[in-house]
Amino acid sequence: MTNQDIKAKVKAYVLDEFLPGEDAAALTDTVPLISTGILDSIAVLKLVAFLEEQFGITLAAHETDIDHLNTMADITRLVESKQS
Amino acid sequence: MTRTLPELLSQSSERFPDRVAVEEGDGGAIGYAELSRLSNRLRDRLRHRGVLAGDRVGICMRKSADAVASIFGIMQTGAAYVPVDPTAPAVRSAYIFKDCNVRVVLVEERLSGKLSDEFRASGFNPILIVLKGTGAGVALGKALDDLDAADSAPESENVDVQSSDLAYILYTSGSTGRPKGVMLSHGNAACFVDWCSEIFQPHSEDRFSSHAPFHFDLSILDIYVSFKHGATLVLVDEQLGKDPVRLAPWIAEKRLTIWYSAPSILSMLAQFGKLEVHDYSTLRMILFAGEVFPIKYLRLLKSRLPHPRYFNLYGPTETNVCTWYEVPGEIPISQAEPMPIGQACSHCQSVVIDEGGSPVGPGVEGELCIAGPSVLQGYWNLPEQTARTFLPTREERWYRTGDIVVEQRSGGFRFLGRRDRMVKKRGMRIELGEIEATLYRQPAIKEAAVVSLADEEGGVRIKAFVSTRDAVRMSIIELKKLCAENLPLYMVPDLFQWLESLPKTSTDKIDYQRLKEMA
Repeated sequence: MTNQDIKAKVKAYVLDEFLPGEDAAALTDTVPLISTGILDSIAVLKLVAFLEEQFGITLAAHETDIDHLNTMADITRLVESKQS
Repeated sequence: MTRTLPELLSQSSERFPDRVAVEEGDGGAIGYAELSRLSNRLRDRLRHRGVLAGDRVGICMRKSADAVASIFGIMQTGAAYVPVDPTAPAVRSAYIFKDCNVRVVLVEERLSGKLSDEFRASGFNPILIVLKGTGAGVALGKALDDLDAADSAPESENVDVQSSDLAYILYTSGSTGRPKGVMLSHGNAACFVDWCSEIFQPHSEDRFSSHAPFHFDLSILDIYVSFKHGATLVLVDEQLGKDPVRLAPWIAEKRLTIWYSAPSILSMLAQFGKLEVHDYSTLRMILFAGEVFPIKYLRLLKSRLPHPRYFNLYGPTETNVCTWYEVPGEIPISQAEPMPIGQACSHCQSVVIDEGGSPVGPGVEGELCIAGPSVLQGYWNLPEQTARTFLPTREERWYRTGDIVVEQRSGGFRFLGRRDRMVKKRGMRIELGEIEATLYRQPAIKEAAVVSLADEEGGVRIKAFVSTRDAVRMSIIELKKLCAENLPLYMVPDLFQWLESLPKTSTDKIDYQRLKEMA
């Protein structure tokens, strides 16, 4: 799966679950998701479950924090690193 | 009987000088005698800087041994401590400190720049004592060393505080758009602490969780009940406290004996914590408060952790816990409604009133009012709001909780809902009006209305409807950012909907009923 495929899937999920009604173009690679409250603690758990299931990866507890999941770019990087 | 809060530390430091008073999540710790020495040093420094009995002193730092020492050092001067959320926007913290005119603020260096900028912008100029960091009291000790090197503070004694003197001011969300300060005295806290001793029978071997932040009233039980009995207070870091996957093994490792938190994290632990694989044999009590515990998650938690005793504690910041209920061993599978909030604590009196203010009997819905020694002194600098919060026709101060309850014929109360626009989200109190006021302060926004919606998990979701001046649609991400810059994250609406204009009633008021239907 390419970087673009991963990003498209995650983006569709985040828009659908946590930003219903938002214009897809507004969710750029660098929009902070956790520090702006777009993803709260329950949303992070849901996102992690989605990533693990969708991409067949396992995330360690220390990887599910603001340093790894705050932007679309961070999330894509994390998934890629787990797949390789 | 407890008279004032500082005596809890001085007594335990004499009885248990070497016992660990505070343990931090990452292993930092401080004993009772050492903590007492540190808080004495801070007391001397604050007095040297002119802090007098009756003043306020702010605290803006991570939950840590340093913060606990600060709390006691401040109270030992006879001043009240004003803790703020270190993760909240600086503009909100600065508003709070200015509102109650703190003389000194103890602040972590990483937070001091933004806070100073906000103070400067508002023309407020308190003394700052800056800590390089936090952990085991070392940073506070170092800050005091540095100040002593330049100008040593003479040793003094604890100021003899009266039980009616303010101990702390806790700011909660305010319906008029700004946080409001709930003023609580030493006596208010002391009677509650003594009630906890009677019911929970703590002892010096206990290990108390400190899950709630210090600006929430759950922290009063954590800190002072633990200290009264020479037990150990185990601090849960903010991030860890929200993450059930990491928190579940941590609670077992730390061998906690008494857990106290809002139900939401307990629901998450029951669902995501894999509780069955860890050893919780030391855990003897689980206390929860702050919101309704959805019965299906309470049942799940009890099936995973059957041996602790469970208590549902109820009470607003204004009275702290005022009713309590011990959850029975088995929750019948047929039970769909949440646990009752139970009977009034022994230090509280209770009455349920109808809309006309007349008392009603069991089986009839009404507003719960509470009197007794734990009832707040008032709201800081808000005399009218303070007056409105007490029943007007009675001599004794009866606090109107705003909560609609019904007394069961079998005894004890059930919580039914609110009479106003306050909601609880994950145990945290949110006035929907404060979110609206924040949105209205943005020049582009013409109208804003915020509603709460029940979600399928038994919690609430906050939804904001907005219209804009030029009828141009705003990005939801932009709206979330705007809110996050001005409000604590838990107050940022979960959902936004842009409308060309908001629906109105026949009297041209925003039609909330219609909005709820649209949501």
